[in-house]
Amino acid sequence: MKYMLLLTDDPQQGSEPGTQAHDEEMQEWFAYTDALVKAGAMVGGEALHGPESATTVTVRGGERVVTDGPYIESKEVLGGYYVIEVADLDEAIDWAARVPNVRTGSVEIRPVMDMDMDDS
Amino acid sequence: MSTPGCAGSDIAEVFAEQWPRLVARLVRDFGDVALAEDCVAEAFAEASRTWPGSGVPQRPAAWLYTVARRRSVDHVRRSVRLRQLLPQVLATSTQEALDGPEASMEAMDDQLRLVLGCAHPALSAPAQVALTLRIVAGLSTAQIAQAFFVSESSMTRRLTRAKNKIRDAGIPFSRSDRETLNRRLPTVCAVVYSIFTEGHMATTSPDLVRGDLCEEAIWLGELLAGLLPEDPEVGGLLALMVLNDARRPARVDRAGTPVLLAEQDRSTWNRPMIARGVALLETAHARGHGGPYQYQAAIAALHASAPRFEDTDWAAILALYDVLLTRQASAVVAVNRAVAVHYVHGPGAGLEALERIDPVAAGGLLDSAVFHSARAEMLSELGRSAEAVAAFDAALRTATNGAQRRLVRRRRGDVSAPAE
Repeated sequence: MKYMLLLTDDPQQGSEPGTQAHDEEMQEWFAYTDALVKAGAMVGGEALHGPESATTVTVRGGERVVTDGPYIESKEVLGGYYVIEVADLDEAIDWAARVPNVRTGSVEIRPVMDMDMDDS
Repeated sequence: MSTPGCAGSDIAEVFAEQWPRLVARLVRDFGDVALAEDCVAEAFAEASRTWPGSGVPQRPAAWLYTVARRRSVDHVRRSVRLRQLLPQVLATSTQEALDGPEASMEAMDDQLRLVLGCAHPALSAPAQVALTLRIVAGLSTAQIAQAFFVSESSMTRRLTRAKNKIRDAGIPFSRSDRETLNRRLPTVCAVVYSIFTEGHMATTSPDLVRGDLCEEAIWLGELLAGLLPEDPEVGGLLALMVLNDARRPARVDRAGTPVLLAEQDRSTWNRPMIARGVALLETAHARGHGGPYQYQAAIAALHASAPRFEDTDWAAILALYDVLLTRQASAVVAVNRAVAVHYVHGPGAGLEALERIDPVAAGGLLDSAVFHSARAEMLSELGRSAEAVAAFDAALRTATNGAQRRLVRRRRGDVSAPAE
């Protein structure tokens, strides 16, 4: 099954780029991604710029409204995601528990809808 | 009736024995919990239609499995997702599935997987309870709804939501490895015990004791103990439920009002059941000790083996509560420990123990009928009647069922207008 791991975090918590702490953090992310690839579980994933860079679009009654900022303001923000392919939720939970930011933020696991199925 | 058929009780007996085995087996065949449950239910429906006429078949389990599997295959043919499993399933004959050399071990493992799956942490606690009663114990949605005093439609929704989550989120019912077992067994025990306490101390019910839920919980406890005979906490849990249930006949009077432990008619306690509970506890203890269920069972055993209330070994009970509190720092345990302090060291010390309970750790429990009643009894024994009456009033305000309220009202009456 395919799952998306949504990584949320408090952006205030992160370390400053250029510091040793930041380098170590990055190494952890690389190691984690490598592990996913080696296990054949990696489908995709990206890190996202912060909510200050977000733009929200709605179209209501044919009218396009573009606003600055995220759709929902909150302290915890979506910082990135992985899409993984594993056997079941327990394996997804095991991977989620190893994401580096899980110790400060949280990881939400969402099953990806399988559009090829005729009988869901 | 003199037909060669069978009585409803025959079917009920087969049901209790075979339901979880058959559901577990079909879950292994097709990996789909909802499908397994539906098809086994259909097989039993067919049995209750035909067996009264034809009699119970020689091998009821094989009969039921054949019917349930045929139904499953019909469903599965229509499903792209499951169709690929068919050749593998059909390669195994009914006979092999049920009687093969490893069949009985496999059946145990299948049932364990079923029990562990229902306690998956990705399911809410109410969903875990409802699923365990439906999938493992085979209660109908209507029965579960009735037991928890919710409408059948809302219980249907709860179960449907849970089964949809199992399917959509890919919650596996295929794990029974050590790690899963160690991590999830405490939840399984908590689910079973919550079913028991719901039956024993119905929070939402007009009556205090609902025997059917207690019986289902004990049945589940027996099933668990059969699957994990070496586990000391599973044994402790079963012992605890058996010991508490043995005192059920004395716990409420004819009007359904709870009777205080001191005033219970001990001649109505079920002695053989108490003996069984004590034996279960001893076996569990011999396999390893230290878990909270065993400690609670030991406390229940001390209560159950005192011929009269005055003979209760409160010092031993207090010592057990002291240890239990270090393992399970719950407010209920702390309040019960204070009651034990009361009987060992007097009401003043008991009151002090109650007042020392950390209100933050206790959460809402310090404003509950259990807490206020215990406090009221101690105050009244200290001769502080006005404060006792106020504490009973607080207990009345917080009581969650009518039966409890009747008892508090009576005790409040005893204190505010003493007989002498």
